[in-house]
Amino acid sequence: MADAPAAAAAHPVVGAVPGRGASGRGTRSSAAVVAEGLVKHYGDVKALDGLDLEVPEGTVLGLLGPNGAGKTTAVRVFTTLLTPDAGRATVAGFDVVRDAVEVRRTIGLSGQYAAVDENLTGFENLEMIGRLYHLGKRASRVRAAELLERFDLADAASRVVKTYSGGMRRRLDLAGSLVAEPRVLFLDEPTTGLDPRSRLAMWEVIAELVGGGTTLLLTTQYLEEADRLADSIVVIDRGRVIARGTADELKAQIGGERLELSVASADDLPSTAQILGRLGTGEPVVETHTHSVGVAVSGGSAVLIDALRQLDSAGVVVRDVGIRRPTLDDVFLSLTGHSADDEMPDGEKQPHRGRRGRERGRDRDRAEGGRS
Amino acid sequence: MSVMTQTVADGMVVAKRNLIKIKRIPDLLIFTTIQPIMFVLLFAYVFGGSIKVPGTDYRTYLMAGIFTQTVAFGSAITAVGLADDLQKGIIDRFRSLPMARSAVLVGRTVSDLANNVIVMVVMSLCGVLVGWRIERGFWLAIAAYAIMFLFAFSMSWVSATIGLSVRSVEVAQSAGFIWIFPVTFISNAFVVSQNLPGWLQPVANWNPLSAVVASARRLFGNTGSLPAPDAWPMQHPYITAVGWSLVLLLVFVPLSVRKYRAAAVR
Repeated sequence: MADAPAAAAAHPVVGAVPGRGASGRGTRSSAAVVAEGLVKHYGDVKALDGLDLEVPEGTVLGLLGPNGAGKTTAVRVFTTLLTPDAGRATVAGFDVVRDAVEVRRTIGLSGQYAAVDENLTGFENLEMIGRLYHLGKRASRVRAAELLERFDLADAASRVVKTYSGGMRRRLDLAGSLVAEPRVLFLDEPTTGLDPRSRLAMWEVIAELVGGGTTLLLTTQYLEEADRLADSIVVIDRGRVIARGTADELKAQIGGERLELSVASADDLPSTAQILGRLGTGEPVVETHTHSVGVAVSGGSAVLIDALRQLDSAGVVVRDVGIRRPTLDDVFLSLTGHSADDEMPDGEKQPHRGRRGRERGRDRDRAEGGRS
Repeated sequence: MSVMTQTVADGMVVAKRNLIKIKRIPDLLIFTTIQPIMFVLLFAYVFGGSIKVPGTDYRTYLMAGIFTQTVAFGSAITAVGLADDLQKGIIDRFRSLPMARSAVLVGRTVSDLANNVIVMVVMSLCGVLVGWRIERGFWLAIAAYAIMFLFAFSMSWVSATIGLSVRSVEVAQSAGFIWIFPVTFISNAFVVSQNLPGWLQPVANWNPLSAVVASARRLFGNTGSLPAPDAWPMQHPYITAVGWSLVLLLVFVPLSVRKYRAAAVR
């Protein structure tokens, strides 16, 4: 028992309660998932390089990073699919290596690829998973029907999965991870490859799920996804944590709120610039052809109201106004020096790159502006 | 639930899943049976006239060889099925479930065995049509089939090890099958091993497949007056056939289970 008082303390709790049940969880700590110094090599590549993280019970952690950052490897360690080379991890108080079987009883996993059998119907897929969780024949069938209903797949229940759309397959896969009502759920890039509409639908399903108190570790390379679903975010790159906090904290960390507005008449631009110059923390930037003025600010909406009040009393007609907060894209860029999907190999993601490329350019301009 | 009963119960759930696939894609079964039927007809009518077997006619001699070859090839499907599940992430899902460790492999090998049984029935009927007969009665014929199926089952585990070692379905398709060619042809399946070059004869005589073929041939009563080769395994084909199958199981069941535990889609 060389390793840590944590293990020693967790064990009596587990040992005292035979079998499963809520009391089986490590009552000592409220963290449902813990990783301490996880290391995993694939040959020369360090997929995990001392990863530390903690997911408090009942919360959602977004594990954010580009392709190859180690997100999937981390999930594979937590779900007992991989043994770490060093470090330790626990899920619901159970060690992922030593108590692998207990961990498997506790978790649900939905991976990057919808791991459903194409030749089985939706119902048969879920029934099979229920049987393999040893729920028994009857209970497996009841549970399968229940989940199909809940995930809006009841009409397709007796159809072979081959005929399902991508979104339906993902929903079925997610349903599969919920068969045994897991206390801790791992979703590895649940919306990668989905069209925007299916993605929105998936987000609603997940949001509803975590509303029910399930602990969730979610990996994603969509910054918007983490922003929307996660209570807190851990940003990883090359197998290490490079930032952590809530979405707001991360955004605040790189600062740089901007007040941007456009006015009805070009004649008002100088006076607008003058007013904003007094309120902002930097030099206002005037773009004559769009009638817009932008300035870096701190203080959020209070500054916005102030600006509008002053502009109004100066007789300036404002056409459009807003505070642009940095996106998580900006966060990622400023933390790693490269955009979130820079390392994406497949051409499929090309359209995004153009968009991000532009943002990146804008970001660089701003950064340089700030320095000068 | 003991580990053993849990393994069997989980294995059957997985086997059922694999068998549903046969039901859903009947073409698959049609094409896996067409090939052996073709073999029966081609060998019987094309080579049948040219290959002389002393003491019996070639079609009678051939049938046990074709049967055994076919189930050996049938076992190679295990590699493809597992590689496919690996590639699609289904193995990941299974490995994250609290199910018995070897259940996926048990399910796969059992369903492939069931597949082999279906093919064997079709082939036997086809054999009867070209003049092949069971000559020593029902029970010995059952024993012949049992020995062939035991061998097929053990070959499935060899194949499982291969399927879990390769990285793609395409590789499994060739890696899983290619080694079965020498195993079936350097044997007594299609020719009399006494007619092989001297240095090849011991290989053929000690080939596990030869023992299986010799057993089936003898139990079907298809040997006529042909004497068994003067080699220990051919003189004692039953114990050799069963022994080889058990050895293969003893080696490859633990090996493939270990591979399964380590299997990882990257």
